[in-house]
Amino acid sequence: MKALQKLFDNLKPNFEKGGKWEKFYTLYEGHRTIVFAPDLITGNKGAQIKDAVDLKRIMITVVIAMIPALLFGVWNVGHQHFISIGEEATLLDKLWIGAYAVVPILIVSYAVGLLTEFIFCVIRNHPISEGYLVTGMLIALIVPPTIPLWQVALATIFAVVIGKEAFGGTGMNILNVALTARAFLYFAYPSDISGEVWTYFGDKMPVDGYSGATVLAYGATAASNGTNMMADLAGHWSAEMFSFWNMFIGIIPGSIGETSTLMCLIGAAILIGTGVGSWKIIFSVFGGAYAMGLLFNAVGGNSYMDFPAHYHLVAGGLAFGAVYMATDPVSAAQTEVGKWIYGFLIGVLTVLIRVVNPAYPEGIMLAVLFMNVFAPLIDYYVVDANKKRRLKRATV
Amino acid sequence: MDIFNIALKATFIDNMIFAYFLGMCSFLAVSKKVSTAFGLGMAVIFVLTITVPVNWLLQEYVLKEGALAWLGADFATIDLTFLQFIMFIAVIASMVQLVEMIIEKFSPALYGSLGIFLPLIAVNCAILGASLFMVQRDYTIAQATAYGFGSGFGWFLAIIALAAIREKLKYSSVPDGLKGLGITMLITGLMGLAFKSFIGIAL
Repeated sequence: MKALQKLFDNLKPNFEKGGKWEKFYTLYEGHRTIVFAPDLITGNKGAQIKDAVDLKRIMITVVIAMIPALLFGVWNVGHQHFISIGEEATLLDKLWIGAYAVVPILIVSYAVGLLTEFIFCVIRNHPISEGYLVTGMLIALIVPPTIPLWQVALATIFAVVIGKEAFGGTGMNILNVALTARAFLYFAYPSDISGEVWTYFGDKMPVDGYSGATVLAYGATAASNGTNMMADLAGHWSAEMFSFWNMFIGIIPGSIGETSTLMCLIGAAILIGTGVGSWKIIFSVFGGAYAMGLLFNAVGGNSYMDFPAHYHLVAGGLAFGAVYMATDPVSAAQTEVGKWIYGFLIGVLTVLIRVVNPAYPEGIMLAVLFMNVFAPLIDYYVVDANKKRRLKRATV
Repeated sequence: MDIFNIALKATFIDNMIFAYFLGMCSFLAVSKKVSTAFGLGMAVIFVLTITVPVNWLLQEYVLKEGALAWLGADFATIDLTFLQFIMFIAVIASMVQLVEMIIEKFSPALYGSLGIFLPLIAVNCAILGASLFMVQRDYTIAQATAYGFGSGFGWFLAIIALAAIREKLKYSSVPDGLKGLGITMLITGLMGLAFKSFIGIAL
């Protein structure tokens, strides 16, 4: 530790004003604060900051909360690989195949994204921030394991430049950056991010009767063909694949990190326990989805509408979106009442898009983006109502 | 149900801004404050809800080929469709005049902040666009009213959402070159991405 401190202290003059690398001060500061607390001290007057929890620590907390989902995702990619080619394999084999598919995506997402951030930090001379550590991992967790790496790179650049840096960097964006990347991929290269892309094969061939469709794809097909969705799910080529329990644990095909509701709940516990994520948002997203699911059950019509409401909570990326996407403190509603409305509408919209919109099998991505757009408006009216209420009290 | 569907479709799926890019000029220019945007949005809803059915009547009983048959057999072959644009615009302009007088009377503050954009509603392409779409899609009068209201409401939602975002943007540090209209264009594009969630729903 001492040696490290010395190294940074020796390097410091080069980066300060007048030093030979003064343009790169933000880079120096960014790396120093990975191990040391920033040496800024608040003045004698004004607000005093006592806690060492700054943006960097908060972001790292979110990264830690995502680790369970990532590890499970790595295992699940391997597991799905061996199921689909009809082979038995040990835990280590599964992890190895999973890592072989997932790690390159993670590396590309981090390398390209951080490079873009560094360039902007140096040109615009704003402090480097850890926001991207979260975004980079999120991007890797919400793409299918078969995604071409150049698409990951392209989407990352788009999201960082248009979605974030154009607004001034971390904390100033309007839409969730990782979801911007995914939406970009979804609309630019639809064939690589929907359909039969959820299982990584490598150079093997799948077994006879194999289908890589997700639960939600089954629902969409059943709705358009008029077949019975639950019967279709029960008749899946791999027996018991889509039981409620399997979907809760997450042993189903899907994007890398989104399949496991259990791991997302562990992440949610970490986020709520440390006070980083808002329990109001997480809770109300699930509530909204459940309410909408019940409403569709009551209306009926086709077999997708009869899909039991509690299945909606464990299918697709709802849990992942609720825990890691909707709670993004920058793009979510900021007021307490606003958070309830914001979360509830995300849940409602997700199930609505899933069931009613044949164009998209999954709705959580677009639902969160849509509510990101309306979050400032919700806040505006919540604050406005509060002002009016207090004014009324004042005149009495 | 059919009427409700048409209004819903016009609001979210065929949103004037995000699906057709109509009425962009005032959308970009009058979205700096939520209160002003709210006023303009309301005015657009009002004008659209009135003009679309009025134009429907005009189209049905005056302009369309054979529409003048009610005057007598001699008029049954007359086709005044070539007058469509000018007649629609005249109706729209007079309605806007009406709105302007109402706003000036009841809310001088809003009248002041809307400025030149209030009379410019007359040439807001979303409004003429709605009337022309109505003709193209062979709506009945009830459907036309619902369509007018839905289009207006979709436009209203879009502009107040943009205004709220732009108010929040005061705390961002947008690069100099992008300040003002540049970043607003980017936001509009990103909002369009979010609004794509409804495209594809068949009602």
